Amino acid sequence: MKESGGSEAAVKVSVVRRLLTLFAPLIGLGFVFLLFSILAPRTFLAADNLLLMPRHAAVIAIAAMGMTLIIISGGIDLSVGSNIALSSVVVALLLAGQSPQFLHWLLPSFAPWPPWAAVLGGVACGFLCGLLNGALITGLRLSPFIVTLGTMGLLRGLAKGMADQQTVFPPPTGLNTLLQRLAPEEAWMLLPPGVWLMVLLVGATALLLRYTRLGRHVYAIGSNESTARLCGIPVAMNKGIIYGLGGMMAGIAGVLQFSFLTTGDPTTAPGYELHVIAAVVIGGASLAGGQGTALGSLIGTMIMVVVANGCIKVGLSNWHQEVITGVIIVLAVALDRLRRR
Amino acid sequence: MSDVPRLKMTGIHKRFGPTVALDGVDLSVASGQVLALVGENGAGKSTLVKILSGAYRADGGQMWLDGQPYQPRHPLEGRRAGVSMIYQELSLARDLSVLENIVLGAEPHWGPLVRWRLARERAAEALRRVGRPDLPLSRLVARLSPAEQQLVEIARALAARCRVLVLDEPTSSLTAADIERLFELVRQLREQGEAIIYISHFLEEIQAISDHYAVLRDGRGVGQGRTAEATIDGIIGLMVGRSVEELYPRSNRSPGPVVLAVEGLKGKTRPRQANLELRRGEVLGIAGLVGAGRTELLRCLQGLDAVQEGQVRLALWSDRPSRDAAHDSPRARWRAGVGMVSEDRTQEGLALNLPISDNLTLSQLPFLTSPAAQRRASAAWIQRLAIRCAGPDQAVMDLSGGNQQKVALARLLHHDVDVLLLDEPTRGIDVGSKAQIYQWIDDLASRGCAVLMVSSYLPELLGVCDRIAVMCRGVLGAARPARELSEHAIMREAIGATELAGGEEV
Repeated sequence: MKESGGSEAAVKVSVVRRLLTLFAPLIGLGFVFLLFSILAPRTFLAADNLLLMPRHAAVIAIAAMGMTLIIISGGIDLSVGSNIALSSVVVALLLAGQSPQFLHWLLPSFAPWPPWAAVLGGVACGFLCGLLNGALITGLRLSPFIVTLGTMGLLRGLAKGMADQQTVFPPPTGLNTLLQRLAPEEAWMLLPPGVWLMVLLVGATALLLRYTRLGRHVYAIGSNESTARLCGIPVAMNKGIIYGLGGMMAGIAGVLQFSFLTTGDPTTAPGYELHVIAAVVIGGASLAGGQGTALGSLIGTMIMVVVANGCIKVGLSNWHQEVITGVIIVLAVALDRLRRR
Repeated sequence: MSDVPRLKMTGIHKRFGPTVALDGVDLSVASGQVLALVGENGAGKSTLVKILSGAYRADGGQMWLDGQPYQPRHPLEGRRAGVSMIYQELSLARDLSVLENIVLGAEPHWGPLVRWRLARERAAEALRRVGRPDLPLSRLVARLSPAEQQLVEIARALAARCRVLVLDEPTSSLTAADIERLFELVRQLREQGEAIIYISHFLEEIQAISDHYAVLRDGRGVGQGRTAEATIDGIIGLMVGRSVEELYPRSNRSPGPVVLAVEGLKGKTRPRQANLELRRGEVLGIAGLVGAGRTELLRCLQGLDAVQEGQVRLALWSDRPSRDAAHDSPRARWRAGVGMVSEDRTQEGLALNLPISDNLTLSQLPFLTSPAAQRRASAAWIQRLAIRCAGPDQAVMDLSGGNQQKVALARLLHHDVDVLLLDEPTRGIDVGSKAQIYQWIDDLASRGCAVLMVSSYLPELLGVCDRIAVMCRGVLGAARPARELSEHAIMREAIGATELAGGEEV
């Protein structure tokens, strides 16, 4: 009698918990959106501005998909910003046919790669960097924080070395339009291809997490690694795949970052790792592992973008935006605690 | 002994939302008396002692300490009034010394300064009362054994001049020798006039130590009396609300061909030497002291710990054990039909914040999973195993210990394994759930599964198993029919007494 009553109470608790998990970020997004709509109806709600925000969100949101996998599995990836920069430099070098500065003695230049091949190269570069993280974490049994703190510096340095500490200027290609405003004759696309890519990858990540064995194993590993091992889940291999996928997403984000800048800048995406982690955490993932969703991370990204954009439209300076974003992060984590009670 | 009881609780009511946790419970303990509080998990024992300690406030009812009304608003008030709790999980500051822990929160002081000399005197006096005046006051608690840590906790209670001492499952992390010493201490404290409430799942302990008992079921007191006049079966009957004729069911089992053969198995440190043959349709028990290497043996068999030497052969599709699988991964073992229930269900056995459905199906997910199918499969097992829960989506951490353990077992049943490795499958769960688990073990064995079961609870091993092997210091002895063994014989072998007597090398 007591226990059945107890489980009734537990049902309520778990329903409330689920609703909070799903809707808290959405309510947050609705709130900031409404706030800026009231404060700056003319500028913030302008059609142009509404289309600008997803374009600004694409790079962070795509990197956040990889980070979502990693954080749910109980890990962290601090190298994601550096990985984005390195991948964008690689794309630029391949398009320019310019070999990395430290390999000039071997091969000063080569025939420029076509855009599709350069994109593949950039994505592959990100993927390999992710695999490196995964291999170090599982092979040396080091904490992800330490390993990726190391690769954060390593990859950034590598990017600068490859580009000879300068910005790489490749000839313009179709890649430059991935995140640009659509030309009138392309209006049928509704959104730029980069934004569609973001939508696609968010959907793919959500499906991966929910409907594949790998996805369920990600939650299991983050929730309790010993249990995962007990149940015969190959934990090390899964982690390798997770960090590899995370790196791949960073590589794709790097391609879009290149498209945004139209140049390969080794110092780009500074501090992005923290934006990406913040987006995932605001979206309801737990840094302790075992919890989080792809959609939540997308909403988390949108909240940060809306705040950044809204602050400009209202005429607040950069420091306001940083303060507000900081407050939102702490609020999100406090809410996470509350939800866990 | 005066007529006024040390502690009296009458008509205690407690509700959590719509749930009635306690429905008019009466309890009284006299000075110099040990009261055993028993009941299944969820019967209301912990709620009752939390009200006593001040952690919860009762919705109705009254409490008196030595005839004075007692209404603690928070645990500190309860402690100041003289109610001390010793919980299952030790609550010591591991990085502080024995001395600091004993006087923690009740340091004698002049203003902001601690009077260390007086503190030392009090701590030494308390340690003398628990029978360990030799424990150095300056030693860090982290460096004490679990049994010594528990003594420090009891000393802390004594130093705080406790009037009622509550011991909640105090023996769960102790070895047999330490349990005996703890009992000796409890008897001494009783003679010194302490009032003690003793909570335990082990009814043998209760018989050994208590003067009176009180049984809770579904938040009500359903019986109390003098322990000397009660039988274990009688108390179990009160706890589960029905008489337990056969706690250990045993249908006709007919051992079949050997399905798991282990030869000369050696792990990193444990086991040092293990040979065994497990047949279809039998339950093989492994007894031994904590640290003998029983868990490590099971982990080697599941592929979780590395095997250094020896062979593990499985015969799941053929009649004869075939190739050596000693170095296979846990995943390969699951695929071959071997599954394990961990002794530590919260740290290893279950992913606590995941729902039941994920926990139950984790070992056997297809490449593309369907949450709906996971939920359906889990709902079926929940119904078949009578797992008390809100549904397949409920997080495992919200379940009681017994129901959590059922989920851990259901994972093996869902995977449809042929060989079950069960490590302390009934540890810390209530009698009702235990009886159910024994029933399934019997069902599985009679259907042709092979069960290898480790347990420290000898009546259970003797009741459930067909054969029992004893492990001592990493060496597994020969398995013998359970009906030829007694608790005494197993214990002798477990502590190595037979080997010493036989003059063999240990």
